[in-house]
Order: sequence, then C-alpha cells, then structure tokens
Amino acid sequence: MSVKSTAAGGAPAKGRGRTTRAAVAKRGSGEPGLVQLLTPEGERVEHDDYAIDLTPEELRGLYRDMVLTRRFDAEAITLQRQGELGLWASLLGQEAAQIGSGRATRPDDYVFPTYREHGVAWTRDVDPLNLLGMFRGVNHGGWDPNENNFQLYTIVIGSQTLHATGYAMGVAKDGADAAVIAYFGDGASSQGDVAEAFTFAAVYNAPVVFFCQNNQWAISEPTEKQSRVPIYQRAAGFGFPGVRVDGNDVLAVLAVTRAALDHARSGQGPMLVEAFTYRMGAHTTTDDPTRYRRDEEREEWASKDPIARLKTYLEREGIADEAFYAEIDAESDALAKRVREGVRNMPNPGTMAIFENVYADGSALVDEERAQFAAYLESFDTGDTTVGSTVGTGH
Amino acid sequence: MTQTMAVAKALNESLRKALENDPKVLIMGEDVGKLGGVFRITDGLHKDFGEGRVIDTPLAESGIVGTAIGLALRGYRPVVEIQFDGFVFPAYDQIVTQLAKMHARALGKIKLPVVIRIPYGGGIGAVEHHSESPEALFAHIPGLKVVSPSNASDAYWMLQQAIECDDPVIFFEPKRRYWDKGEVDVSALPGDLHQAVIAQPGTDVTLAAYGPMVKVCLEAAAAAANEGRSLEVVDLRSLSPIDFDTIQASVRRTGRLVVVHEAPVFYGAGAEIAARIAERCFYHLEAPVLRVGGFHAPYPPARLEEEYLPGLDRVLDAVDRALAY
Ligand SMILES: Cc1ncc(C[n+]2csc(CCOP(=O)(O)OP(=O)(O)O)c2C)c(N)n1
Repeated sequence: MSVKSTAAGGAPAKGRGRTTRAAVAKRGSGEPGLVQLLTPEGERVEHDDYAIDLTPEELRGLYRDMVLTRRFDAEAITLQRQGELGLWASLLGQEAAQIGSGRATRPDDYVFPTYREHGVAWTRDVDPLNLLGMFRGVNHGGWDPNENNFQLYTIVIGSQTLHATGYAMGVAKDGADAAVIAYFGDGASSQGDVAEAFTFAAVYNAPVVFFCQNNQWAISEPTEKQSRVPIYQRAAGFGFPGVRVDGNDVLAVLAVTRAALDHARSGQGPMLVEAFTYRMGAHTTTDDPTRYRRDEEREEWASKDPIARLKTYLEREGIADEAFYAEIDAESDALAKRVREGVRNMPNPGTMAIFENVYADGSALVDEERAQFAAYLESFDTGDTTVGSTVGTGH
Repeated sequence: MTQTMAVAKALNESLRKALENDPKVLIMGEDVGKLGGVFRITDGLHKDFGEGRVIDTPLAESGIVGTAIGLALRGYRPVVEIQFDGFVFPAYDQIVTQLAKMHARALGKIKLPVVIRIPYGGGIGAVEHHSESPEALFAHIPGLKVVSPSNASDAYWMLQQAIECDDPVIFFEPKRRYWDKGEVDVSALPGDLHQAVIAQPGTDVTLAAYGPMVKVCLEAAAAAANEGRSLEVVDLRSLSPIDFDTIQASVRRTGRLVVVHEAPVFYGAGAEIAARIAERCFYHLEAPVLRVGGFHAPYPPARLEEEYLPGLDRVLDAVDRALAY
C-alpha cells in the first residue's frame, strides 16, 4: 500500500491557506503515514507539512489541559463506582487527541462531539460539571450549545457528522470566517450517516473537519471489523484530503487540526483527520474489555502515553519546573473536589420536568397529560404539596 | 424437563438450540461475538459455532439489516441483534421499506425469515436512547410480525418459533426482565407464537399487557387481591398479530379492560386494543377501555424513570377508575 501521499487527488484547490499535502512522517512514528512531532520518548521531530512553534507558556498550557482532563476523567470513574453516576465513558489515553484538536479551534468555530469528548469540552470552556448531568441521569444534555459553540453530546453513533456538515454549509452560505469540527470514532466510520456526511461535505465544499479518534476499538470490535483500509484513506474516495496523525502526540494533533481547520475556513472544503490513538480503559463503565482484549496491547500503548511524553519533553527543554508541577497538582485536586461535591449536590429534576420542553410552541396534548398526572400525584395527598420534589435523591 | 433460568439465559439457550438445529441460522450484530453482546445474550455462541455462524458486524444498523435481507434471499435465516431500542432507527428504512414488503412484492415467491432482536424498554437507569419502547412503530407496518416475551419460558420458546417463522419477526426483549428467573420446560410443546395467555385468572377487571409490564400487572393483581378485588391478567405475547379473541373472551367475563404498556399512550398499542375491544365487546363493557402508559414526552433522564414508568399504583388507579363506572 502506498504511503507516499495522504492527500486525495480530487480536492478542489481554491482559496489560500497552507498546503494540506501530508507526507510520511520523517522518522520515529513506526506507523505509515503518521504525522508526528513528538516521539513516544519525548523527542521533538520535524515534519515538512506540519511545522509548529509554540511558546513555553503554550506548551505548559497543553500539559496542564491534559493533566486536568485526565484527573476529571478519573474522578468521574470513581464517582460512577460510588454510584453517583449511572455510567461513564472514559477518555483515558485520548487526552492529546482531544486537547490538541480542541486547542486548534477558534472561538467562532463550532464543535460537534460524541459522548466522550470531555477534553474537547474543556478546551471550549464548558464547565466539566455540565458534562456529568446526563451520566448522572438528571438531564439529557445540560448545557446551551451556543454558549461555547459546543453541541450536545451525541449517543446515536455517527448522527452528528451530518449535523456538522449542515452547519458548515450554513457557515459557508453566511460567508463567515469559521470552520466546523465533527468528532466520531473508528466504529462510527461504518455508519451510513458518516458516509452521507462525507458526500454532502464534498459536494457542497463545506468547511468541516471530520475528526476521527481511532482508539482501535468500537466496544469489543477492533478497527479491522470496520474497515480494510486505514480510515484516513477513505476521504480520497469522497474527493477530499485525509491525514493520519499520531493521536498521542498533542503537538502533532494541534498542528494537523489547525491546518485542517485553516483549509476548511479558507474555502478549500472538508478534510478528514484520523487521530491514531488508544482507549486505555473500558468502552464505558459497563464494559468488560478482558473478554476481548489482550493485556499486552494495553501495555504497549501505555508506553506511548500522551502526557508522559510531553512531560519528558518539557523537562528535557527545561520548560517546566517543580513549582509548575506542584501548581498543577493543586489545581487537579481542587478540580476533583469541585467535581465530586458538585455531582453529589446536583439536584434531581422535579417530576414535572418530564413534560417540559417537549415542544417549543407548546402542545395541548402535553398540557392535558401534565394536568392529569399532577392530579394523579396529588390524589395521594401525602401532605407534601411540592409535586416537583417527589423524587428521592438516590443517595 | 424443567429448568430454572433467567430470561437472558433462556434466550441464550434458545439461540444455541436454533444454531444446532438448523445450519442456515446465523447470528449477526455489533459485539455479538467474543463479547457475547452487551447483555451477554449470545455468550459462548461465537466460541462454539465460530465466526461463520456468529458474526460481529460493522457498526452500521442499516447495513446489518440490509445484508440480513440479502442472506435471507440466499436461503439463510439471520437472527439480528440491535444493541438497544434507540439504535434500530438507522435500520428502520431497511425494515420498513424492504424487509416488510418484499414477500408481497414478489407475489409470495420469496420468503424473508429474518428475526430482529431488540432489547427494549426502561427501568435500568440508562442514558438516553437506551430505554425506549418503539413497538407500535413496527406493529403498524404490514408484513412484519411483532412479539415480546415476558418470562423465561416464553423467551426460550418464542425466540425459536420466531426463527422458524418464514416471515420477518421483530422480537422485542424486555431488558429489565433479563435477570428475572423462571421455569423453562425445554421438552414441552410450545403454544402458538401469536396466542395470548391468561397469566392470572380473575373476574373483576382485565389487565392486558406484554413484555416488561406483565410482571407489574401480576403484582397489581396480587395487591388488588388483598383488597378483595379479582384482576385477570392477559399476557398478549404478540403485538402483530394480536390475539383479540383471548382478550375479548376475558373482557366478556370481567366487563372491564385496562391496557398497560411502557410506550407512550398516544397512538400506542393500547389505542388499537381499545378500539377493537370497544367494537367487539360494546355490549359487555361496563366501563370505557382505559390505558396506562408513557406520556407524550421523550423518555426522561434516569432519575425520573420511576415516575415515568407505569408502576403498581398507576395500574391500580386505572383499575379504580374502571370500577367506578
Ligand atoms: C447507532 C448506534 N448503534 C449502536 C450504538 C451502541 N454503541 C455505543 S458506543 C459504540 C461503539 C462506538 O465505537 P466508536 O465509534 O469507535 O467510538 P468509541 O466509543 O470507541 O470512541 C456502540 C456500538 C450506538 N450508540 N448508536
């Protein structure tokens, strides 16, 4: 299989913007076509098409983002085990893919996530507590998507790629200086919706970046059960460029996603980024990976840990000192505490919330059912007049 | 030969039996292989029958059902697993526009023996799209058969009967009953797949239910018995076709009918049953047919599902109202 160029032939090349012709990483990655700027050993390498020059402060910022995101994720797992959350989808191991790509977005860009994008949410300044409501079972979303241009989490696999494409078509119609990024998994790449999103994005030259986090597994099924070619190569068949980036290398992800967003923003149409990464934990807290996955595989990927490699680099270059790490530790503890307390104190919705927001314009049918149900609840006449508080707290 | 087993185990044994009995039977779906499905209904089958018979598919529901149609056209009998109720919709087009209609379009010359298993309903504290009851959307479609067992014995037998059926069958599994145990007589001859049964005889009011709500109705009957009321519980088992004769006979005895399901009441299975029974039993009814079910609202977040799902109290409240006429 040729790995000479990862760019698709058919992409329209109008507008300015940097070249998106991705080439083979010069060295270090071991994976064909993988763009890498920081090796697993924490060594900085260069890439012809994806140069990046970050200030020490920016580098420390990326490290901070990843550590805090990992800590948040760990806290959520603990809260799930303690019965405070019904479910959790961990991002452990995918911090670089999420932080790198999220930090590549600009405020005006718009993000369409799945259910695992806690790190991307972090980069968009979404309050981490907002992410936990649906996993605790108090709501189905919990934030205003337009506040941070960060859409609600999507559970139905692949759906959001079409929404992102349509949104991007709107952005283009408006002539806005923005791009859209749609997140999805390797498993999702099999869905018809994703293929249709690729088709629409290509046909309408929509400013959308398809960001696939290939974490190697869709619950129990390895990527080979979804595709016989590397996922980034699929873009070629639709007529836009695809590139594979080391998803555990935050610098490379940042550089590649930034380039892809620039490409989209400058009128050159969609691009597919495949972040080659790994899901270190279970699919969700209800999953048991020992039934389908070898331990050695996990260990092998542990040596490519995104946080460890950046830390090695920061230390080697003398970019961070002990005080910096101590500060991050303290910040992590504070975040964990805030999340823990916030979740425990998260109020249950009132019973009548069932009938809220079913329609924007209201509905006589809903009104009737609401009134009937309220009358039914009141018929118990427990002396508790607050219908809205009939739900137990659950802890 | 009677054995005690959980509903999930009964389904698993049933699939095993079907794979053993007929080399044309295939299991298909997401994670049905090594993992044994997210609910472990296919546990061990991949190991024992191999990946030629128990097929892990790409994550694509339209693809799963569409290819199952092709395999059926080629003489296979695919048993497809949809991981959760809310994820059947990407396949809805294939099911409704193709699977349901091909037999008729081919003037009866081809058969589509495809079974689509869907774990459905709420009560397990899940996130959205994991607790829905879309059965009416399928029962409304001519050409599909729709069934739902409520206990281990029916799980065991009805699934094999569905697989043996030459028509497409949508097989709704009440996921919150997966862990409920019951007696399964693996040597008995099963009844008709589409026949309703009297799960509990009674004389005052008929409760008609299926799947997850049968247990709630049996509990309601037990509670009512303490108050000197005798409720008859009909387990419908099949939603398309519906065995109206059994419901009719029951209503002629009791004079009152309450239909119970988790799905929204509006345009739900209860509407069809109420209309037919009103037609058939007009002079025997002492009260209008009442319905207990979900609201015209999205299935709520887990912390509200206890309130949303019809429980004992809501069923008994409807019984009171029926008796008040
Ligand atoms: C349409 C649909 N089918 C099935 C599921 C159940 N499901 C949830 S996550 C998942 C695997 C997703 O894998 P992938 O797309 O690789 O993303 P990852 O979770 O690994 O990030 C499946 C099958 C779903 N949510 N939606």
